[in-house]
Amino acid sequence: MSAEPLLSIRDLQVRYRTRRGDVDAVRGVSLDVEAGSVTALVGESGSGKSTVAQAAIGLLASNGFVSGGSIRLSERTDGVTDLVGLPERRWRNLRGRCIALIPQDPGNSLNPVATIGWSVGEALRIHGWTDRTKIRARVLDLLERVGIDDPEARARQYPHELSGGMRQRVLIAAALALRPELIIADEPTSALDVTVQRTVLDLLDEIRTETGTGILFITHDLAVAADRSDALVVMRRGHVEESGPTAEVLAAPGSAYTRTLLADAPSLARVVERAAPAAPTLAADPLVEVAGLTQEFPRPGRSPLVAVDDVSFTVARGTTHAIVGESGSGKTTTGRSIAGFHRPTAGRIDVAGTEVTTLAGRRARRAFHRTTQLVYQNPYASLDPRQSIAEILTEPLRNYGIGSRAERADRASHHLELVALDPDIATRRPRELSGGQRQRVAIARALIVEPELVVLDEAVSALDVTVQAQILRLLARLQADLGLTYVFISHDLAVVRQVADTVSVLQRGRQVEHGPAARVFDDPQHEYTRQLLAAIPGASLRAHLSSEDPDAALPIPHPKEVLR
Amino acid sequence: MTVSSPAADRDVVTATGAGRVRARELWSRAGFVAPALVVVVALLWAVFPGLFTAQSPTETAALALQPPSAEHWFGTDATGRDLYARVVYGASQSIIGALIAVLVGLVVGTTVGLAAGSIRGAVDEALMRVIDVLLAIPALLLSLAVVILLGFGTTSAAVAVGVTSIAVFARLARSRVVSVRVTDFVEAAYGSGGTFFGVLWRHILPNSLTPVIALAALQFGSAILQISTLGFLGYGAPPPTPEWGLLIAEGRNYVATAWWLTVLPGLVVVLVVLSTNRLSQALRGGDAA
Repeated sequence: MSAEPLLSIRDLQVRYRTRRGDVDAVRGVSLDVEAGSVTALVGESGSGKSTVAQAAIGLLASNGFVSGGSIRLSERTDGVTDLVGLPERRWRNLRGRCIALIPQDPGNSLNPVATIGWSVGEALRIHGWTDRTKIRARVLDLLERVGIDDPEARARQYPHELSGGMRQRVLIAAALALRPELIIADEPTSALDVTVQRTVLDLLDEIRTETGTGILFITHDLAVAADRSDALVVMRRGHVEESGPTAEVLAAPGSAYTRTLLADAPSLARVVERAAPAAPTLAADPLVEVAGLTQEFPRPGRSPLVAVDDVSFTVARGTTHAIVGESGSGKTTTGRSIAGFHRPTAGRIDVAGTEVTTLAGRRARRAFHRTTQLVYQNPYASLDPRQSIAEILTEPLRNYGIGSRAERADRASHHLELVALDPDIATRRPRELSGGQRQRVAIARALIVEPELVVLDEAVSALDVTVQAQILRLLARLQADLGLTYVFISHDLAVVRQVADTVSVLQRGRQVEHGPAARVFDDPQHEYTRQLLAAIPGASLRAHLSSEDPDAALPIPHPKEVLR
Repeated sequence: MTVSSPAADRDVVTATGAGRVRARELWSRAGFVAPALVVVVALLWAVFPGLFTAQSPTETAALALQPPSAEHWFGTDATGRDLYARVVYGASQSIIGALIAVLVGLVVGTTVGLAAGSIRGAVDEALMRVIDVLLAIPALLLSLAVVILLGFGTTSAAVAVGVTSIAVFARLARSRVVSVRVTDFVEAAYGSGGTFFGVLWRHILPNSLTPVIALAALQFGSAILQISTLGFLGYGAPPPTPEWGLLIAEGRNYVATAWWLTVLPGLVVVLVVLSTNRLSQALRGGDAA
């Protein structure tokens, strides 16, 4: 370890100018990234972690600027450079060559009208490579290095022809093009399925050990950080809550906030306490019966796409059935069919004595929606931005002609209390609420018509861990109090494990395994289920936590013992 | 290269960085306030012309064809009428006409777009093909045809201009309706027992309207221009009435000797039209400086 770390950020302050005055997004953040190691920057949305990353690569939004502190890069050709206030011309020379960025969303980060090969080679051309054959050779090299099969063919393809995981590999290849000393990875795997996430993270690890690149790894997922980093910086509301070697921080968190994060991470801790229903109740009295559900989507000139292929399960009254799978597994289609928003190609769905698949006409559908409600993934899209919270909550009652105006208002405020919101927010609009609050409003809207079945379509996936834990606890309490039945659709096995009584595992539309959650998770029969379980991040930390004697003093082991 | 004095560097950058941000803000505020002032003044001309000029727009006040002076700001025309007074009084003709035109386009166009986007199927196809036909006819030709059908006059010229903008409004409204109707909150509204018209009125229409309103502001500017065009060609208000297009048409015979007769009213039209365009941009939330 040299005296000067690769990247050294001291007391960084970043300010944004907005219409409503100045906002200090980052207030006094200090961190180091050593060559060949990973520093993870962890925090919830709005904590300023991405702003730190943008400041470190000189790509702050146009209304933001560094208002104090220093960012020093110790690079091999130019020595130590202070990055704050570097002219744009010098930045262009540094970016790509010394510092590279792996962006968050592989879907939007590649130019859709450029080939993969052109995108990967762009950095080379910008930095003065002119020999076409050399560029081409390097691009193919890079594509091969990041594990893309048949680089020759892939280099000629366009981004839309590649899967999300492949695109993220392409972005990594582009970042590696000039062998940068520092890679800034801003949530590089947040948009990917767990199994893909694991292979991409493994790749990053390999490259780091091989080339000695330092990585500043931005993530909201403490479990991923625990698995992959050497040093950990926990941020909240623009300042550092805690920092230090990852193992030490996690073994003995000094700040209350870090402890909350650990306790709320579903892959690391028991987030929800639920009474497991007795075995007989799982078999008797089903509220939902799905038999032979099949959904085909016609494709012109080809055989139809089978999105859901012969899926059958039952859900007992008052229990939670989880449908898990990766993107494209057909879990959302299944859930929407159960909620009556979608007519499947074949199969039967029986909810509380109603045959959902043959619901004829709007009137039958309306009646059915009193027993079954759907809660959406994105609380920013599922509430009408122009309505007040009171209007959102009373609208279903008005639609069904329930109560007088005063009674409906009473019921709305009662349901706001039910989801642990202050009834005073009824006059506000959705944009004035946080994501967690919005999702609570969406849940209240679903419950206000007193349904028996609630289909939760990735209802907690878009939320920060702490908020997610709160919503999961809320859902468990509502289920116990109101006797609700849930169909819980999720890609996150760590969450499903905590809330589900029975589980269906879907892979490419097929149900590869189903049964009681305890059995499926403890003794998975299908290879795919095992893969999914193994890909849940935080394994190293879990092993460490469970082996620990809770009464003994917390040992502070050597990092490598715990994490590698 | 190594860094010399980080502290000094930093201070300089902080100052210029902050200065740049502030300058941009001021610029965008000025870019909003100036056009807003122009539009407000034009509206006041239309409503209270007497407050802005003591001269009469129709009576001879001085010698003919006087250049701009302290007494007659815009000079006088061929019969010695004060041109500034004629421009001020002409505002009501042009601006009320533009309001009527925009209203016709907005109401009819949005209704057609809403119906097409929400009912879909054969209704959508039929309505949008009619709109395509409307778009295929040049706007001026279409408005001339409508004026001839309705008879000459300020109101019929305004309605004629409105008819030509129906197609644009219908297209925009339909495209918004089509994207709003697939959002989660619209589906959730159906899911909580909403009826077709209930959801249309309460969710789809209000959420589709923002860009349509912005287009209305944009159309306001071009309606002034089109009404002036019709006036210039002689299909609008009859001659003694001071209408902007008519003023320019009357002045055109004297361009060589009395440039102010065409240039000054022309500048007013250009200024008002550009200002409404800028305001429309601000309404859309874009910040094109």
